[in-house]
Amino acid sequence: MTARVRRPALGISLVLIGVGALIGLLVYGVKATGRGQTLDDAIAHGRRPVAPAVSLPRLEGGAKAALADYRGTVVVLNYWASWCTPCRQESPLLERWQRRLAKRGGTVVGIDSLDVTADARAFVREFGLTYPMLRDRDGETQRRFGVSGYPETLIVDRDGRIAALQRGPVDDAFLRRSVLPLLAEAA
Amino acid sequence: MSRRCAVALTAALLLLAPATSALAATCPRTSLPDVEDEVMCLVCGVPLALADAPQAQRERVFITRMVRQCRSKGEIESALVAQYGPRVLALPKASGFRLAAYVVPALVAAFAVAGLGLAAARRRRLRPASPRDELVRGPALDSGQAARIDADLERYR
Repeated sequence: MTARVRRPALGISLVLIGVGALIGLLVYGVKATGRGQTLDDAIAHGRRPVAPAVSLPRLEGGAKAALADYRGTVVVLNYWASWCTPCRQESPLLERWQRRLAKRGGTVVGIDSLDVTADARAFVREFGLTYPMLRDRDGETQRRFGVSGYPETLIVDRDGRIAALQRGPVDDAFLRRSVLPLLAEAA
Repeated sequence: MSRRCAVALTAALLLLAPATSALAATCPRTSLPDVEDEVMCLVCGVPLALADAPQAQRERVFITRMVRQCRSKGEIESALVAQYGPRVLALPKASGFRLAAYVVPALVAAFAVAGLGLAAARRRRLRPASPRDELVRGPALDSGQAARIDADLERYR
């Protein structure tokens, strides 16, 4: 009699464990692959979160470059791709800002993502872009910044902290508002 | 002059014909639809065959170019991985978290089969004897009846 009572309880426990394991796996999968909002929230509240470590090959080949290499410099980190139409529109503006920033301790850094290398190189030549270009072939680093569209731009201060971001194309007003005050700050 | 040209052209065509047919024979019959249902549009997160995003269009152009270059499906997929990384393949690699794509369905199927087996065994054990079962089996024999039947059977051997 006792055994008959125990068996359904054991079965229900096994089913619950199985369902719990599946839900746990689902939550882990969503957290591992989904876009986080913590960065946006932090910046909206006036905080400057430390930029995630990023080390990527250069688009033109050669040694890898890391975001940490630019410590002490104000970085306009721009995620782009050659197939992205708004990227074509904002590239001339970014190049103008690169010329302006280079003299004042800043730089634009482009990260070409989910793109064909040859297309990306042709894009750089077409727009005469002179700023450093890195290549994130499978978009692995963009998840760390919560980047889910193109273009997206993050402004990193001299201490390697994210001070501003723009989900979508930048304009001159945004760059003036977010970059110029950082140039005046000491590292 | 024109006759000489015609002769030269014919000779050139005759010389080139085996080469082109040999090329056609060795060129793998790969097509865009063959490849695009096995790779992903990385921006959209769906198979390329279902995607219409600009990145998907770019991927199709890349694949079409490789098809024209006579590349096999495997070569095209390798080239796509070189450009976009392993996530471009629709069938995930059996490593890391992606291993779950293979392990979870197998575990769920194993649990389902085991559960059904246990439930069936339990149901058989707990099922009360129905009147129909009594009819099929018949009433139990006492020892005297059993002995008589055994004796009758012995006689017919």
